[in-house]
Amino acid sequence: MPQVTIDGREIEVPKGTTILQAARMLGPDVAPPAMCYYSKLKTSGGYCRTCIVRVTKMNSQNPNPMPKPVASCRTEVMDGMEVVNFTSPEVLEARKGVVEFLLINHPLDCPVCDQAGECHLQDLGYEHGASTTRYDFERREFDKIDIGPYVQLHMTRCILCYRCVKTADQLTDGRVHGVINRGDVAEISTYIQNSIENEFSGNVIDVCPVGALTDKTFRFKSRVWFTKPVDAHRNCTKCSGKVRLWFKGGDVLRVTARKDQWGEVEDWICNDCRFEHKKVSDWNIEGPSPISHHSVISQNHYELVKLKLETGKKLNEVKGKKKESAK
Amino acid sequence: MQSLTNRSKQVSKKEMTFMEKLYLPAILGGMRITLSHLFKKKVTVSYPEQKRPISEVYRGQHVLKRDESGAERCTACGLCSVACPAEAITMTAAERKKGEEGLYREEKYAAVYEINMLRCIFCGLCEEACPKEAIFLTDRIVPTEFERGDFVYGKDKLVEPMDKNLRVDVSVRQTKGVLEFKQHPQYAHNKLWDPNKAIKSKKSAH
Repeated sequence: MPQVTIDGREIEVPKGTTILQAARMLGPDVAPPAMCYYSKLKTSGGYCRTCIVRVTKMNSQNPNPMPKPVASCRTEVMDGMEVVNFTSPEVLEARKGVVEFLLINHPLDCPVCDQAGECHLQDLGYEHGASTTRYDFERREFDKIDIGPYVQLHMTRCILCYRCVKTADQLTDGRVHGVINRGDVAEISTYIQNSIENEFSGNVIDVCPVGALTDKTFRFKSRVWFTKPVDAHRNCTKCSGKVRLWFKGGDVLRVTARKDQWGEVEDWICNDCRFEHKKVSDWNIEGPSPISHHSVISQNHYELVKLKLETGKKLNEVKGKKKESAK
Repeated sequence: MQSLTNRSKQVSKKEMTFMEKLYLPAILGGMRITLSHLFKKKVTVSYPEQKRPISEVYRGQHVLKRDESGAERCTACGLCSVACPAEAITMTAAERKKGEEGLYREEKYAAVYEINMLRCIFCGLCEEACPKEAIFLTDRIVPTEFERGDFVYGKDKLVEPMDKNLRVDVSVRQTKGVLEFKQHPQYAHNKLWDPNKAIKSKKSAH
């Protein structure tokens, strides 16, 4: 079992684990952000370079560093490897450059975009990006293509992470959409304006890290942070039926799959659950979904228990200090 | 009974003196204060004939701005609503149809936009949150109404008129930095809607 050190923290991982997976095992405070890697999709990763890290020591035999930052999602660990991520200013600077590249053609129409509030590119830009752009030229734009009644495609927002292509490839049979053209004009599209008709095609909405593929039945209905996520399930013959309902008042505005702490889908859901069951009576409600209190979605969505625990701990600390100083 | 606190006082039931029984000195004392106010300077003004001077950046009734060509700037992004500490703003978005490009600046617009002026505390956070320079507070004062429901202002009262002469000038409220930023045409924010350029594609497969 190779042993790897990431940001000064050691972990032993099975052979063949990538640096990113090892970092995720250690926890979110060392795991690099990822825009294209998706643990549930085979051969994903290696496109966006967001997860770059610096390898300061190759392995126990060879103490030399790797010459330049590497994509952690595609680099396997070796025994005795030492990696720096957030502790290295060089990596942070390089990641800032990556974010700038990802944003070069991004339209920044967040006020219009339905993904705003749960967009990974927004989070990435906020946490790792620069606050201004140096790009002066026209941004790339595309003609709008209608790809069916359920999924809305906004090609201008796409960062070409290939997640949806891999989802369509690995999850559904008879794949109808993919990437056409190359370089600057590469675009996600269907073959000659075919619409996407497949029972699991709706999952491309969930895997899309930006607002390029969004739910047409939810289009402009509400901003994400005005809706309340609730976990629910139903007996579905096609999928697990475990979903997240997004409520506004008593109405279900949107149905999505449940996502884990890395923003990845826990169970794929079918189009029937996603688009056709928007009545509360269709579902068995389990309870409110856990939402990080750093997220804008937690506006209007109060989870006091954790807060009480945290503030309680802090209060106890302050009290303890006061007692000590009094003595 | 033992008192719970030490603050209780014994009430004295002293009999009033003759002078006190007349009540005249007390009445005259009170009248003197009342009459003296007649000769003091008035603290009120008779609004609306007379108005007090207010600051240029006074935070009064809101306006939803249009851009130079008359299209509504608001895109119903909901940031004012989420920034509002009084939860006074609600909105419903709608998609712009073909032919409405002159009416609404963006693909999405606010079909319903309501501010409850009774809830509003005129803090100006909506103005600060707005990424589209759509909402501004103005130096207009919200008039009184007879019904509570009349204080819920819809788009009919909030959006400024199409007529260029009747537009609400908010330039005094914008800082030098903002006005300078608006000169840069390369920011999508400042671009005017151009029918020839709006849907432009470098290359399309179809």
